[in-house]
Amino acid sequence: MSAIATTCPYCGVGCGVLARVDAAGGVNVAGDPRHPSNAGRLCVKGAALGETVDLRSRLLHPLLREPGAIPRRASWDEALDRVALGLRRIIDEHGPDAVAFYVSGQLLTEDYYVVNKLAKGYLGTANIDTNSRLCMSSAVAGHLRAFGEDLVPGCYDDLEQADLVVLVGSNTAWCHPIVFQRIAQAREARPALRLVVIDPRRTPTAESADLHLPIKPGTDVWLFNGLLAFLSRHGAMDAAFVGAHTNGCAEALAAAESDAGDPAAVARRCGVQLPDLLTFYQWFARHEKTVSLFSQGVNQSSSGTDKVNSIINCHLLTGRIGRPGMGPFSITGQPNAMGGREVGGLANTLAAHMDLANPAHRNIVQSFWQSPRIAERPGLKAVALFEAIERGTVKAVWIMATNPVVSLPDADRAKRALARCELVVSSDILALTDTNAFAHVLLPALGWGEKDGTVTNSERRISRQRAFLPVPGEARADWRIVCEVARRMGYAQGFNFADAHEVFDEHVRLTAFRNHDASADGPAAARRALDLGGLAGLDRAGYDALGPVQWPIGTDREGTARLFADARYAHADGRARFIATIARAPAHAPDREYPLILNTGRVRDQWHSMTRTGKSPRLAGHTPEPFIDMHPRDALLCGVHEGELARVRSRWGALVARVRHGGGILAGNVFVPIHWNDQFASDARVGSVVNPVVDPISGEPEFKHTPVRVEPFAVRWYGFALSRQPLAAAELTYWTSIQGEQFLRYEVAGHPRLDDRSGWARAWLGATDAEADWLEYEDRSAGVYRAAHVVENRIESCVFVSSRPELPARTWLSGLFVQERLEEADRVGLLVGEPSGPGADSGPMVCSCFGVGRHTICDAIRKQGFEHPAQITASLRAGGNCGSCVPELRQLIAEVRAAAGI
Amino acid sequence: MSARRPRLVVIGNGMAGMRAVEELLQLAPMLYDISVFGAEPYGNYNRILLSLLLSGEKGVDEIMLNTPAWYASHGIALHAGDPVVAIDRRRKRVRSRKGVELAYDRLLIATGSQPIMLPVPGRELPGVIGFRGIDDVERMLDATRTHRRAAVIGGGLLGIEAANGLSRRGMQVTLIHRSDVLLEQQLNADAAALLGRSLKARGLELRLNADTVALYGNARVEGVALADGSRIDAELVVMAVGVRPDIALAKASGLHCERGIVVDDTLQTYDPSVYAVGECVQHRKATFGLVAPVWEQARVCAAHLARLGHRRYRASQTATKLKVTGVEVYSAGAFLGGAGTEDIVLRDPHRGIYKRLVLKDNRVIGAVLYGDVKDGGWYFELIQGATDITAFRSRVLFGKAYCNLADDRCTRAVA
Repeated sequence: MSAIATTCPYCGVGCGVLARVDAAGGVNVAGDPRHPSNAGRLCVKGAALGETVDLRSRLLHPLLREPGAIPRRASWDEALDRVALGLRRIIDEHGPDAVAFYVSGQLLTEDYYVVNKLAKGYLGTANIDTNSRLCMSSAVAGHLRAFGEDLVPGCYDDLEQADLVVLVGSNTAWCHPIVFQRIAQAREARPALRLVVIDPRRTPTAESADLHLPIKPGTDVWLFNGLLAFLSRHGAMDAAFVGAHTNGCAEALAAAESDAGDPAAVARRCGVQLPDLLTFYQWFARHEKTVSLFSQGVNQSSSGTDKVNSIINCHLLTGRIGRPGMGPFSITGQPNAMGGREVGGLANTLAAHMDLANPAHRNIVQSFWQSPRIAERPGLKAVALFEAIERGTVKAVWIMATNPVVSLPDADRAKRALARCELVVSSDILALTDTNAFAHVLLPALGWGEKDGTVTNSERRISRQRAFLPVPGEARADWRIVCEVARRMGYAQGFNFADAHEVFDEHVRLTAFRNHDASADGPAAARRALDLGGLAGLDRAGYDALGPVQWPIGTDREGTARLFADARYAHADGRARFIATIARAPAHAPDREYPLILNTGRVRDQWHSMTRTGKSPRLAGHTPEPFIDMHPRDALLCGVHEGELARVRSRWGALVARVRHGGGILAGNVFVPIHWNDQFASDARVGSVVNPVVDPISGEPEFKHTPVRVEPFAVRWYGFALSRQPLAAAELTYWTSIQGEQFLRYEVAGHPRLDDRSGWARAWLGATDAEADWLEYEDRSAGVYRAAHVVENRIESCVFVSSRPELPARTWLSGLFVQERLEEADRVGLLVGEPSGPGADSGPMVCSCFGVGRHTICDAIRKQGFEHPAQITASLRAGGNCGSCVPELRQLIAEVRAAAGI
Repeated sequence: MSARRPRLVVIGNGMAGMRAVEELLQLAPMLYDISVFGAEPYGNYNRILLSLLLSGEKGVDEIMLNTPAWYASHGIALHAGDPVVAIDRRRKRVRSRKGVELAYDRLLIATGSQPIMLPVPGRELPGVIGFRGIDDVERMLDATRTHRRAAVIGGGLLGIEAANGLSRRGMQVTLIHRSDVLLEQQLNADAAALLGRSLKARGLELRLNADTVALYGNARVEGVALADGSRIDAELVVMAVGVRPDIALAKASGLHCERGIVVDDTLQTYDPSVYAVGECVQHRKATFGLVAPVWEQARVCAAHLARLGHRRYRASQTATKLKVTGVEVYSAGAFLGGAGTEDIVLRDPHRGIYKRLVLKDNRVIGAVLYGDVKDGGWYFELIQGATDITAFRSRVLFGKAYCNLADDRCTRAVA
C-alpha cells in the first residue's frame, strides 16, 4: 500500500510519520519529510513504532467484572448499558459531581472534545481531568496568569534562530529527541548558538551544553528571580515594552530583589558556582534572541506555576517575546496535551480556551452546545479527584487511555481508591494494566494506526493522526464510545456525530463562536487567540487531506507561527502580566529518616507505562531494567552496591530496583524512571513512592522532589532467564520482564534459599519431562547454577543463577533465539553464555591422553614442518603417554605434507 | 677395538624395560653392551594397544614399537621367547630357559606383572584366560571364531576394553563386576552410570554387584556361577580383576621384595648393580599399573645407568583414560572429592557428556570427564601444578579455550 501520513503518538514534539503496511502485514514507519516539525527525522521510539502495533495482549471486546469475579466477555450493548445506567443511577442519587472522567493526552482532540462536552454540558460536572495535569498544567496556569490565555508564543524554528537556548528542567535529548536534534544541527551550522542546560542531573542533554547549571532541585524560582534582578540592574530591561504592554513589573522586581538580589546568595541557594551563575546571567542579558525552553523539571513542582512565571517574567522584562528566535517555550510531554487543553479537557477550564469561572464564557459555550446545563464550578484535579474517590464522594470514574495506578503520585492510594469505587470504567487498548485490574467495565478502544483524528503539538501545530490498520476485534474510537453512552443517557441530539470529521468541525466552529470583543448590547462574546475559524466548513475530504497547520488559523487557512507579534495579550487590557514570584522550597524537605531526594523522569527508549514501547525488543535494549541512579557516596552511606538491588522508601510507599551509578546525580539525590509497573516488574512503580504534594494553582504534583531513604534489599541469589514462552514470575522475590527478539528475558533475584536448583529450574522453565534435552552446570558452593532447555535443536529457554549479581552477558545468548538451529559450537558455549572463542575447536580428538585435537596437530605440522611423531610429542605432548595415536600422527604428517606439496 | 664396554642385561622386553633402554641410548649411546631377554617371541610392542588389537582397530604391526631390526641397528642382542630363569647375583650372571648364560655389570629387571586369576573352582579350565599379552589376544580371537558367548570378570579398564573388543568381534559378552560402579578406580557413580548405559547400547550385558563363586564346565569352561546363584553361560572367560607384580625371579635371586621389587628413588634395588622398572617394582608403598609413572621411572633409571645420577623418581598424580573407541572417559587425581572439597559439575546427557572437577582451596585436585575429554590433559596440568583457579573458576569447566580468553567477560546484571 502507499504510505499514510500520520503523527507519532509519543512526545509533544508531534513528528510526522509515514506509515506503510507491507505484504506480510508488517508496519514500516519513516519520518515524514513534508512535516514541518521533524522534516523527515524520527527518534528511536518513533522508528520502532512498527514493533508496537501487534495485537498481543490487546483488549479486543468489552469485558465486565462483577465484584469478586474474573472479567467476562460482554456485548457492546450490555457494556454500554452498564456504563450509562451506572452513571445515571449515581448522578440521580448523589448528583453530577459524584461522577468523574480521568482522561489522557493520548486521546485525540475529537475524543477529548466529546467527553468534555458530555461532562460539562450534559452531566453538568467539571470532574474531568487528564494525565496532562501531571505533565504541563503548571505551564497552562503560568500562561493564563501571564498572557490571559493558555498560549505558547513561539515555534520550533525559534530554537534554530536563537543565539541562546536555555533548557530548563528538560532532558530534551531523551524526552524530545527531534527538537534536540534541531537545536544540535543549528549549533553545528552556527557555533555561536549557545546552549545552557539547567538541571540537577547531568543528563545527556547537559553533556552537550556550553554551560550546565546543576541547581538543587526546586530552586528554579531563586535562579530566575535572581536573573530578573540581574537583568534590571544591568540595563537589560526593555522599558518601552514593559511600559506599553505589561503590568506588575515593579512588584515582580521587588519580589525578585527581596529574595534573589545578591547573585552570591542565589548561587549558594541553588548550589552552583557563582562564576557559572554569572556566566548564565550575562549570556542571557547579552542575547536578544533567547529561547527558554522548559519542561517537566519546571512544571512538576509544588511551585511549578511560579517557576513558569519566573521564567516568563525575564522574557517580559527584556521584551523578548513574539519575535523570531526568542520567547518562553513550554514543551509538552504528550502527543496531544495541547489538543486536550484546546477543547477544555481540564477540570478548571471549560472549552475552546474558555474559563469555567467566567459567566460570559459559560454562556457562549452552553448556547453553542445548546446543552441542558453547564458546569459552573471547577472540578477536581487529578490528585484531588482520586482523593475524592477514596473518600467516596466520587463514586464513578471513567478512565480513558491512561494508567493512573502507575502514573499518579502516592499511586497506592489510587489503587485503594479504585478498589472501593462503585463504578470503574476503563477505555483502553490493552486488556491487562495495573489500572484495568480494578475496572468493572473494560471498553476496547482503537490504538495508534487505527484511530483517526487530530493532535496538536507543542508549537500549536495541528496534525492528523490517520488510520492505516484495520479495526481489531470489536474495538471502537473513544469519541464513538462516549457518544454511545451519551445517547443511552438521553443526550442523542448533542452526540450524533457520524465521524471524527464532524466532531472536529464542531470543535472548530466553537473556537470561532462569538470570538470577538463583547459589545454592550450584543450576546456574550469573548476574544480568544484559539481560533480555528479558517477551517470552519472544511468538508470530509478537506479534513482527510488536512496538512499540519499552526493555530490561530485565519480565513486564508494559513497558520500562525508566532503569537504576540502585535504585543497584544489575552488579558482584558491586552497587557501581559508580570507575576511576583516568591521563591519557596519544595513542600517536603529531606530529614534524618528520609535523607535523600527522589527525582523521577523518563528514559530514552521507553514511553509512560510501557504498554506500547514495552513490546519492542529494539527499545528494550537501551535500559532493560528499572534502576535507582545515585551518587556512589550515598550508596556507601546507604550500604547498597551498584548492580545489586535496593529499596527506595518514602512516607508514601516503596519500590525495589537495581542500583546504578550513572554519574549524573548530585550527592543527596536519587533518580528512578517512571515507566516500570506491575506488568513489567515485581515492585518498581515509582508513583507509589512520590509524595502527593501539588502546586496550589495548577494542581500539578511534585514528581521531582520526594524525600526518601535507600536501603539494601537482601536476596540470596541473582539470576536471569530467557524463554520463548512467558514464565510465571509472581512467586519470585524480584523480577523484571523484558521483551526480546523471539523471547522474553527475566531478570530475577530471590531471598528463599534454592536447595535443589536443578529441580527448581526445570519446574520454572517447564522442562520437567525426564527425557527433555536439558543441559546444566552447577558450582554448588559458589551458588552458581546454569541450565538450558533445547527442543528440536533450537534453544527453548535458559536460566543462569548465582549468589553474586555478576552474571554472563545476555547479548550472545539472546542471539541464539533467532537461530533456526543450535550449532554444536553454540551448544558448547550455551552455559558459558559466550561463543567458543578462536582455537576452541581443536578438531576431532587424536591424542585423548593429552586432549590434542586434529586441527591443533595439523596446524603444528604445517607451521613447524614436523616430520616425525616424536617432534609432535615434544611440542604438543600428543602421543607421549599411551602412544596409541602415534600411527595416526604419522598419517597426519603424511597427509599435511602431501597437501602442502612438501 | 676399544676396551670392553660394561655389559647391561635387561630382563623383560616390555614397554618399561625398552623405554629405559631407549632413554639410555639417548643419553649414552655407546656406553653399554646391551642384551635383552623377553618371554614373548616378538620385538617390543605397545601392550596398551592390545585392546585395539583385540577389537580389530589395529593390526599387530601397528602396535609394534621396536622391530628386531631396530635392536640389531643399535647393537642390542635380543633373546626373544627366551625368558631368564635364574639370576646369580654373587657371580653377576643370568641364565635363560634355553640355557644362555650371560654376565652383567648392570642388571635391569622389567618383568612387569601377571594377571590375577580369581581363586575359584574351575579357573584352570581351558577357555579361562587373563588379558596380558599378544598370545592372550590370539587365544581370544580363536575363541571368537569357534564360540559365541564370552564372560569378562572385572569392570576395570582392562575388563571393559576386553569386553568391548570381544563384542566388536561378534561375541555375546557379559561383563561381570563386583561393585555397582564400573571403573570405580577412575569414575564416580554418575559417570559410571553413563558409561554403563553406553556399554549396554553397544550390546554388552552388564552384571554389577556380582560375585563370581565358580567357573563350571568339563572339557572347556562353560560358564560363570555367581553368588546370587545365577549362571552365565560362556565358552570364553577373561579374568581382568587386576595384576600383581611378577617378582618370582627377583625373589628367587634374594632381592628384597615386598608386593613388588623394592627400589629407591633412583630405581635401584637393594643390590647396587641391579635396577628395576615398571609394573614389577614397588616404590615407597606404591606399585604401578599405568604407563605415565613407568615412563618417568624409565627416564630416571636410564639417567643413573648412564652415570648421570642427577634424577630422582617422585610418585606423581596419575591420569587414566579408557581405550574403548567412541567412549571417551578421562579421570585424574582425587576425583571422588570428600570432606573439605567442592565440586563443579556439567551435565549434558543428550550429548552424553558429564564433567566433574573436584576443588580444594580453589585448586583442582581431581577430574572426571565423560564424553568430552579434550581438556583432560589441561586439568591434569592444573592438578599437578596446584594452580589457583580463582580467576577463572567460573569457566574452568568449560575448557582451556574459554579461560584463554584472558578477560573474564562476566558482566554486571544490567547487560
